[in-house]
Formats: sequence, structure tokens, C-alpha cells
Amino acid sequence: MTSKSKFLAAPYLLWMIIFIVIPLALIVVFAFTTTVYTDLEGNLLSNEEFDELRIEYDNFYDMADNELPYKKQTVFTLTHIMEVSNYVPVLLNSVWLAIIATAICLLIGYPLAYLISRMRYGFQKLMLMMVMLPMWMNFLLRTYAWMTLLERNGWINKLLGLVGIGPFDMINTQGAVVLGMVYNYLPYMILPLYSIMTKIDNRTIEAAQDLGANSLRVFSKVVLPLSMPGVASGITMVFVPSVSTFIISRMLGGGTNMLIGDLIDLQFLGNAYNPNLGSAISLVLLVFILLCMSITNQLNNEDNMDGGMLL
Amino acid sequence: METIIEIKNVSKEFNGEKVLKGINLSIHDNEFMTLLGPSGCGKTTTLRIIGGFVTPDDGDVFFYGKKINDVPPYKRPVNTVFQKYALFPHLNVYDNIAFGLRISKVPENEIRQRVAEMLELVNLMGYEKRSVDNLSGGQQQRIAIARALVNSPKVLLLDEPLGALDLQLRKEMQIELKKIQQRLKITFIYVTHDQEEALTMSDTVVVMNEGIIQQIGTPQDIYNEPTNAFVANFIGESNILPGIMHRDYLVEFAGNNFDCVDAGFAPMEPVDVVIRPEDIKLVEASDEVLNGVVETVTFKGVHYEIVVNAYSDYWVIQSTKSANVGDIVGLSFTPEDIHIMHKSKPARQSRYSRTVSEDMADDK
Amino acid sequence: MKKLSSKLYMALVFGFLYIPIFVLIINSFNASKSRTVWTGFTFDWYKKLFNNEVILNSLVNTLIIAVIASVIATILGTAAAIGIFNMKRMTKSLIINITYLPIINPEIVTGVSLMLLFVFLNIDLGVVTLVLAHITFCVPYVILNVLPKLHQMNRHLYEAAMDLGCNPMQAFFKVIIPEIMPGIITGFLMSITYSIDDFVISYFTHGATSQTLPITIFSMTRRKVSPEVNALSAIIFVVILVVLLIMNIREIRAGKERGDV
Repeated sequence: MTSKSKFLAAPYLLWMIIFIVIPLALIVVFAFTTTVYTDLEGNLLSNEEFDELRIEYDNFYDMADNELPYKKQTVFTLTHIMEVSNYVPVLLNSVWLAIIATAICLLIGYPLAYLISRMRYGFQKLMLMMVMLPMWMNFLLRTYAWMTLLERNGWINKLLGLVGIGPFDMINTQGAVVLGMVYNYLPYMILPLYSIMTKIDNRTIEAAQDLGANSLRVFSKVVLPLSMPGVASGITMVFVPSVSTFIISRMLGGGTNMLIGDLIDLQFLGNAYNPNLGSAISLVLLVFILLCMSITNQLNNEDNMDGGMLL
Repeated sequence: METIIEIKNVSKEFNGEKVLKGINLSIHDNEFMTLLGPSGCGKTTTLRIIGGFVTPDDGDVFFYGKKINDVPPYKRPVNTVFQKYALFPHLNVYDNIAFGLRISKVPENEIRQRVAEMLELVNLMGYEKRSVDNLSGGQQQRIAIARALVNSPKVLLLDEPLGALDLQLRKEMQIELKKIQQRLKITFIYVTHDQEEALTMSDTVVVMNEGIIQQIGTPQDIYNEPTNAFVANFIGESNILPGIMHRDYLVEFAGNNFDCVDAGFAPMEPVDVVIRPEDIKLVEASDEVLNGVVETVTFKGVHYEIVVNAYSDYWVIQSTKSANVGDIVGLSFTPEDIHIMHKSKPARQSRYSRTVSEDMADDK
Repeated sequence: MKKLSSKLYMALVFGFLYIPIFVLIINSFNASKSRTVWTGFTFDWYKKLFNNEVILNSLVNTLIIAVIASVIATILGTAAAIGIFNMKRMTKSLIINITYLPIINPEIVTGVSLMLLFVFLNIDLGVVTLVLAHITFCVPYVILNVLPKLHQMNRHLYEAAMDLGCNPMQAFFKVIIPEIMPGIITGFLMSITYSIDDFVISYFTHGATSQTLPITIFSMTRRKVSPEVNALSAIIFVVILVVLLIMNIREIRAGKERGDV
């Protein structure tokens, strides 16, 4: 194809700038600015002074004819970024729960992916389909399913009641939130692990055995190193949605176990309406995740992507 | 013979790198012409200029005397057999071959007939419905040839068409291609870096290096009378030594003066002396001949390849007699075996080592 | 012994994955509104579901948005992939990295950033903003599916078409497009799937009258007891099962034909 065909990308480039670059830039702008009101001479108004002026204006002036008695200004500030530090416990809690969920997914998913990868071709496809099927259900429904199970008079407590234990408070706990993350994102761990592991030739394992390695050494010296790229992408694919979720915590954590996502949601669509603070928190989350990803990328940087690399 | 294509003073630059430096070439009717040279010599670029995929920066291309510099590929009466075939994977054998005819709106029943003829020509009758992905390399090659020839081009361009095949198949295809060309009586322009291929099939060989045509001639001319050290070294294996032409018919190299049959050089002009390995005879060491020490002996089937260190130069000799490493031997050759050439720049880099490039990368 | 324990392990994991869904499905036939008391078999919830205008409307919304967004994303993305493929290395990797952003970004950040944009541009949140947002997160999947196909393609195919008499347009539509078609189709199907399934980004970019199915589900699950959701889950489960079965059977067949079993 000729170099002229590069202009085919032009519409997308425009789209990319408007809908990817500018929105992210807006987050940065909002995170570092705030709206203040001044009187017509440019003197900063306190909240009370502003309210006074506004009420007076609303009551005594005909809106169409008169100039507003105050001016709106957007000014640079670090306040919102500083304010994020008030929420450090929430941030740490989110990260902590996401780490636990990711670790559990890895522990459950790794052996499963390995078992699937050593099966016959037809079975592999069948098992993969079974892993993917729940993933295709909307995650709200999957999470809702656990609400039914975990409730105080839900199925699990009923079953436990039959053998004379419980009932336990399971829903609205941190455990329930982690469970929801594991349940929702386990397939995201299994799939990348599987796709790396099918590429491991059985003969390399046999060669290791032939050279005298026992099962443990075969695993630690051959299977594990070869599957590292899958581990890294599985971790990313589970950790990123876990750390930024806000629905799982709301549905299974009962609103008492706030996560970063809930905090952002609150600033944009919740009672605490403050897009500047919301942007600041989003920016912190974004930077944190990009840092984490560049670290996992370092772990397997021989894996080069199509033309460019992530970061 | 009528001239079909004429290339005049063509130059081309890619990213500031001159890949063609003023090429002049006439291609005749019914000629099998091979562009031969190492990777990066400009042979593929020349072919692509003829095909219309590359526009020359300078100079002109004529078809039957008509300038066609700006005629796009789809309006040129040439067809190409691409490197790695470039068959359309989404079409079966029949549809691949019929592709060009369909584009030019040939009626379906005529297409059927012409495709069948082509399949017969390349010996793949009954393969119409096969998917091209399921064919062997050799079969894909034949389909690519059929797909190009079915359009009855005046000229067929072949860009290293046999490069991906194994040796046995390559030899078979060489013979077959030559047969096809003779049967259809059309012009083939063939690009290769394989000198043996070039010598086997061609009527005319064009040896290129660094964007310059080094020599144009029949395979016999090119082999027996190379015009410079590069050609000598590239066509077969050669010993190339620095020498000084004292006067006509007397040259000095390897510390001695030798009689030779070349004349017309300036007195005391530095020259390259080329002696083919098969022209050197191994004899007893004596004062009559050049003496040296055997460095390595390799059995090559028909002959031994013996490397002798004589006067600080490595000489490659092909001999039916063997020798022992460390032996002191004499090297004997006649004045007719000595070829004297004007100094050429690229020749100095490659003495003793073979220059046949293994690099399949095409030259842009 | 080893085989048995690995089978047991797989059974446990799949049990974990499927039991909650089966409980939902069983509950969808439960006459009682309570989620844990079985009082008899009924189809009532299915009837109610099909008479629930909110759900039906949001389903229609979802499908319309998914189709429009995927079609536009597929065209935009395919053209973009071809353009990017022909760019110089540096520009290419810069653009690919930006294209990755919506994929690696947490969805919530993409959601709020788009919301900020729409508010900033004074566009009312509604079907239009939903379509714009969906196109934005779908295009990368199209590009990332088409680009590898272009790389795999023999780079002389386009020239071969021209050589055989195609003008550039013919070569493009007769050779390039069929050649990268599998990537285009995969990109389109992924776009449809992600668009139908998306909740987070839609949540931040929808308006009051433009609910998609996931948003309706969300508001239903907030009312603690809503057996219609169970019925809906059961239907969705069956639809997905059928789609996946068809896809897998085709894939296994194709795999057998290629002989890589």
C-alpha cells in the first residue's frame, strides 16, 4: 500500500484527540483548578459574600437586563490534590483488597489454567468456553447472584443452619467485597495464563524430567518462568478493575466499605458533588495504575507489542 | 531483435540513500534477462521501476519507445511474479488465476478456457478448487506464474521467484521456467542473487552492485571475461590480488612478474589480478612457480578445495588431487589464466571469502 | 490419584463459577418473592419481565446503541488501522500507545473523563453521548484486531492486485479488505459485546431517558428484591450459552480442517 493511505487514519486521529486526549487533559485541568467568584473589581468573594450577592441579584434584578454582580473564575490550585490525602485510608483499603483479590485469583486460576492447557484440544475448547461463559454475563448480574447467596437469610446461611452453625454476617463485609472481585475477575486471570501455557511445549517439560528434575523443579525451573508473561498480564487484568471498582463494593459491601471508585462516583454523580476533587482522585488512581503497569511491563519486556509498547 | 523496454539514466533514492545511480538498459523481445547482484545492489528496485511500483527520481523508462514513467502498474503490459508469490489467500487456485482476467472483464467462458490452459502449462490440472494455503511452495510458485502469464503480458517480471524453494525444486523450476519462456516466446526479466541460477537460465545477465551496472553480457561473457574484480568475484569464486601493470603483457603480483595477455593499461597502473580457482594447478614446489603452504583442504565431491598461503595472500584452488595441510606446494597457471582488471572499489573488501549473499531481504 | 484430585479441583472451581448463576436461574421459577423460600414453580417473572416496559425499552436502547457504535467504530477503526500501518515508526507507536489508553485505563476514569468532556462541550447526556462514548471504547478493539492482520498480510498483495490490473480502489476492496476481514469481524463482534455489556462508562455518560440494559439492571438490583432480574439473567445465560456453543463448534471444526487438532 502506498504511503498516501496513512491519511485513512485522519478521522480516527481527530476522534482520538477529542475523545481520548482532551478528556484526559480535562481530568488534569479539573484536578489542578477550582472555581472562585470575585466581585466586579476582581476581589475574591468568600462563600457567604457570594451567596449574599447571588440572592440579592436573584431577588431584585430582572435577569435579562442586568449584568451579574459577580464574576466566575477558574484558578490554578493544589487544594484538591492535597485533599486526596484525606482519603489515604480509602486508597490503601482499595489497594489492599485488590491485592488480596488478585492473589486469590492467581492461586485459584494458575493450577486451573495449567490443567486446561494439558488437556486434549476439544476439551481445552470446552473448558475455555466454560471459563468464558460467566464472564459474558453482565457483572451486575453476577454480583447480584452473590447478594442472594450471602444474605443473612440467604442460601449459604440456610445451608449452614441445617448443620447447626451460623447464621453469619457475610454480606456487607470486606470479605464479601473481595469475594465479589474474585468471582467477577477470575476468568481474566485464567485466560491470559491459559494462552501462555498452551504455548509451552510438552517436550520442554519432558526434557526437564529427562534431565532429572522432579515435579517441583519442573514447575519452578520450566513452567513458572515460561508462564511469567501470562502471570503479569493476568495480574494487570484482575488488579486494575478490582482497584477501581465501585459497584461490587456498593452491592456486596453495603456502602460501608468505601473504595476509590465509590469516592470518585460520589464526587461526580453522588451527594458530594465536586468534579475537581473527583478529577484529582481519578488522576491519582490513573497515575498509580500506570506506575503499576510499567512495573509489570518491566517484568516481561521481551514481550513487545504491535509497533508500540504500553508506556 | 526488437527493443521492448529501454531504461535511460535512471536514478532512485530512498531516505537519502542512492540505490540506483544512472542505470541504462535495453531489453529485447523474447529475451531472458537476469538482473544479478548481492542484496542491496538495486536489482529489485530496477524491476519495480519496470513494473511501475517505484517511480524513478531521474531518467526515463520507455516501452516501445513511449515514455511510461508515470503510467501506473495496472496500465502496464507487464505482469509480475512476486517474491513469496503474493497469492491471494482468500481466493482458491482458480479465482487467483482468473483475477486479472476478471478485472479486465473477459467473458467467463473465455476465462475458464484460459485458466485451464495455464494450469496445464504449469502442470497443475485439477487444482482449481484448492485453497492456495494448502499448496506446497513449489505449487504456489507455479500458480503465481500462471496468474501472471494468463494475462498474456509482453514482459514477465520475476522477483527472486525461487528463493523460498529447496535446492532440488529450485533446479527443476529453473528448467521449467526456461521451457515456459521459450514456449511462450515472451520476455522474462528475472531478479536473483544466485549466480548459478543466472548463468543457467539467462540469455543476458546484468550484474549490478551498489546501484551501478557492472557488466551486461551472455553468461559465457560474464564468466570468462569479467570486466572487473567485483564481477569476477561474484560470478563463481576467484582469487583477486593487487598487482601492478608494468607494461603491456607484463604484470607484477605476489612478488613476481608474470606474462599475461592483457594490454592497454597505463604504465605502472595498480590493477586487480583475477585467477579462477579451477585454473590453478597444484605442482611440486620449485623456483619456476609461485610457492606456498597448504592451510586447509576440504573435500567437495568432484574436487578438493585447497587454500594455500602464498606471499601473504590466501589462494583458493580447486584440484582433483589432494594435499596435506602444511605441505609446501607450487601454484602453476598460464598467461591466459591471468585476468587483469582496472581497480574497482568493492572488490577489495572480499578476497578469499565468497560473496554470494545468503540475505534474502530485498533491496527496498 | 493425581488425575482424581485435579478433576476434583476443576469441579470445585467451576462449581464456584456456576453455582451463583444456577441459584439465580432456579429462583427465576420461584413463585415466592423471597429469594430463599421455595413456594412453587412459576413462569410469572418471565411474563412480568416481558411486560416491563422499562426493561424492554432499555433493551432496545442497548441494541440500537451497540449496533450504531459498533458499525461506526468498525469503519473508523479499520480505516485507522490501515492508516497507522502505513505510518512511520515513531508516529505509529505514539498513536498505538494513545489507542491503548481506553483499554488500560480503569473504566471509571474513562467514564468520568468523557462525562467532563460532554459537560464541558455542553452536550446533553443522552443517546448521543452514549453512542459517542461507546464508539470511543470500541475503536481500540477494532484497531488492535485489524493491525495484526495487516502485519500478517504479504505486503506485496496490494502490488500484485495492481499488477493484475486493479486500480488502487479495486485493489483495496478486492484484496486488502477481504484479506483483513477476519480481524474486522472480530473487532466488530468485540465492539458489539463490549457495548452491550458496558455499565461503568454508560453510567457516567447516560441521561435520564437513555437507559441501557445494564443501567436498568443496576437500578433494579438496588431495590433489594426483584425476581425479574433472575428471569432476565436466566434468559441472558441461555442466549450466551447458545452463542458460545455455535462459535466453539465452528472453531473446533475449522481447527480440525486445518489439522491443528
